[in-house]
Amino acid sequence: MRTWALRFLVLLTATLGVNYVVWRWLASLNWDAWWIAVPLVLAETYSLVDSLLFGLTMWRVKRRGEPEPPPEGATVDVFITTYDEPLELVRRTALAAVAISHPHRTWLLDDGGRAELGAWAEDHGIGWIRRSDDWVDRPRHAKAGNINNALMATEGEFLLILDADQVPEPTILDRTLGYFRDEKVALVQTPQVFVNVPDHDPLGSQAPLFYGPIQQGKDGWNAAFFCGSNAVIRREALMQLGVSRYVGEVEISVHRALRTSKAVLAKAVKQLTPADEHLRASLDHVAYDIGRAQRELQRGMSIADVTYRFRQRVDSISRGLVESDLATLQADLAEIGAISASLEGSEGGLAVLEDSALAQMSHRDWSPLGALETVRTLLGSIDVDRGHEAQPVMPLATISVTEDMATCMRLHTMGWRSVYHHETLAHGLAPEDLGTMLTQRLRWAQGTVQVMFRENPLTQRGLTIAQRLMYWSTMWSYLSGFAALVYIAAPIVYLTVGILPVDSLGSDFFARLIPFLVVNQLLFFVVGRGAKTWRGQQYSLALFPVWIKSFTSAFGNVFLGRDLDFAVTPKVRQEREGAPWHLIKPQLWAMALLVLACAAGIARLATGEADPLGTWVNIAWVAFDLLIFSVLIQAALYRGYQADDQERQSA
Amino acid sequence: MTEFTVERTERGIGVIRPVGRLTMVSAKQLTEAVAGLIDGGTARIAVDLSATEFMDSSGLGALVAGLKTTRQAGGDLRLAAPNEQVLTILRLTNLDKVLRPRDSVDEAFDRG
Repeated sequence: MRTWALRFLVLLTATLGVNYVVWRWLASLNWDAWWIAVPLVLAETYSLVDSLLFGLTMWRVKRRGEPEPPPEGATVDVFITTYDEPLELVRRTALAAVAISHPHRTWLLDDGGRAELGAWAEDHGIGWIRRSDDWVDRPRHAKAGNINNALMATEGEFLLILDADQVPEPTILDRTLGYFRDEKVALVQTPQVFVNVPDHDPLGSQAPLFYGPIQQGKDGWNAAFFCGSNAVIRREALMQLGVSRYVGEVEISVHRALRTSKAVLAKAVKQLTPADEHLRASLDHVAYDIGRAQRELQRGMSIADVTYRFRQRVDSISRGLVESDLATLQADLAEIGAISASLEGSEGGLAVLEDSALAQMSHRDWSPLGALETVRTLLGSIDVDRGHEAQPVMPLATISVTEDMATCMRLHTMGWRSVYHHETLAHGLAPEDLGTMLTQRLRWAQGTVQVMFRENPLTQRGLTIAQRLMYWSTMWSYLSGFAALVYIAAPIVYLTVGILPVDSLGSDFFARLIPFLVVNQLLFFVVGRGAKTWRGQQYSLALFPVWIKSFTSAFGNVFLGRDLDFAVTPKVRQEREGAPWHLIKPQLWAMALLVLACAAGIARLATGEADPLGTWVNIAWVAFDLLIFSVLIQAALYRGYQADDQERQSA
Repeated sequence: MTEFTVERTERGIGVIRPVGRLTMVSAKQLTEAVAGLIDGGTARIAVDLSATEFMDSSGLGALVAGLKTTRQAGGDLRLAAPNEQVLTILRLTNLDKVLRPRDSVDEAFDRG
């Protein structure tokens, strides 16, 4: 019955929304002012798609009942990931983890390598894992790397992953392991809830809409997301993913390495000077061997066999070269070292390789010997041993700073299932100041956009259409920054110069728009089941500069090889003097312009220049925008969680 | 409990023979066996799977890790005589595209 009512509401919202936006495109555009009319209708179309995707998510909301008991004899490793959080905080989480009632082993994954923490862990029977020596001078891949490293050092059938601030309930495993009785279930995610947040939640830390209806909706389509913490994972699924990804990456990289090698050699042969003529035979030999390796791969010979023989042949050719030749090589060697170092430093892995280092290698003018050495180096770093990575197998995805989403999507493409269990089984700490919160949101948004660029869900084979749309829906929501710009600009344009992007504000306009807006809000209200979803709505518009920055910086990172300015979210409050207004400058400007536009609009109304209806509609719109932005004023003035302070003092 | 026998043939090839189950529980032992052979100067290693009844993805992960360490020591790692289950998981993860199993240990380093 409730499902029936909800679906009716979803269909009604969709119908009214499509009715409005189609009419906007076909019959209402003010083409004389296309420069604002087109952006506005695009922004409205964006919002409609957002609303349709939300409706699709709600279509199959899955409320799972009581979980089954854990499978007999399940072995579990509890991973607590830490980098530089205060030791007190880490210890509290670790002790709570030890107290989990289901049999398990507790491990501190200490990326900070703090000896003090190690000694404490040993005293309490907790494992202390640091990065192995393999990680020295190789990309560390942040939290994903930390967990991948620990996977190789442990052996439990299931892994519970906890951020350093997420204090688990003793029942967390008893309540979640039962889902793994289904052999195809790879992941069980539980909510992330924060204890240091006041009721009015000025920083929008709680996500009751996401850890609730949205996750339950995604779950209905077998697309519940992995969110990095408070989740249990099946090791076999993760390792299977890691091994098959390894194969895929080796395939791509070996082919690229051979192609680049061929280009390097061809160029060197063309530029042979008479003095180097005696090297022609060696170059030709290697070029021939490259072709042979390519043909062997084409015929389906295994990659390890092909590259092993190829390396041996190149080595024996190199050994045949005389000492005097080697002396001329010194200059090239330094350059090869520099380029291969940049190969090794590339965070994005293969996606970045092709564009930067490989192109650099094939474009440079090498001496003949330099060319040979380049070929050797190339195969050395991009062969089946994946020499540029600390571990050949990286089960947790490293293509994004939000490794959780990318990993989960890959598990789904392999046919694994995920589960969202809607019960709070861990309590964490949220950022307590605006700056830290903004950094965290930027990081999430950047990570999501990175995945969108690198492994777009719409094109991933192995996902159902619904799963693709569930991932796409989350990515789409991060594009709201651009729409917000238009929603701010349009009323300003009308109130100051009187240009209306819509043909007329006749009854047609209101008759189509108002019902859609009302039903859309009603849908939010119904699915929210009394949760405070308004904060989330405010922030999705108010943080428009963050969303835009996430898009541009991720674009620069993925396609131009730029740094993401990645920052780890600090778990402790940042000390500061006064409110951090500088962090929300664009929004303050927007608010000021909106207020000034209202004044201008009223002045134009008074002088009879403006139409009363249009002016009041736009002033109402501005008032709504200001109501949205008002949350930032609260956020900037927020002084951190007070009840918590009192507790700490009395403790 | 999985047992590993390790020996060196006359041709200087290390042979590791996991008996029983090669899984997340025993994967580390395989990694250690490979490291032990390399430390002793043997970098060409054949993993004899004829007595391996069952392998999971962690076992495969250990094989790949072994391939990496042998390659970096200038050698290689080859697989020999896997059973049907092992072949199935090799295919499932596509690892057979990288590592082609041989029929027997003798053939593992037949042609270099």
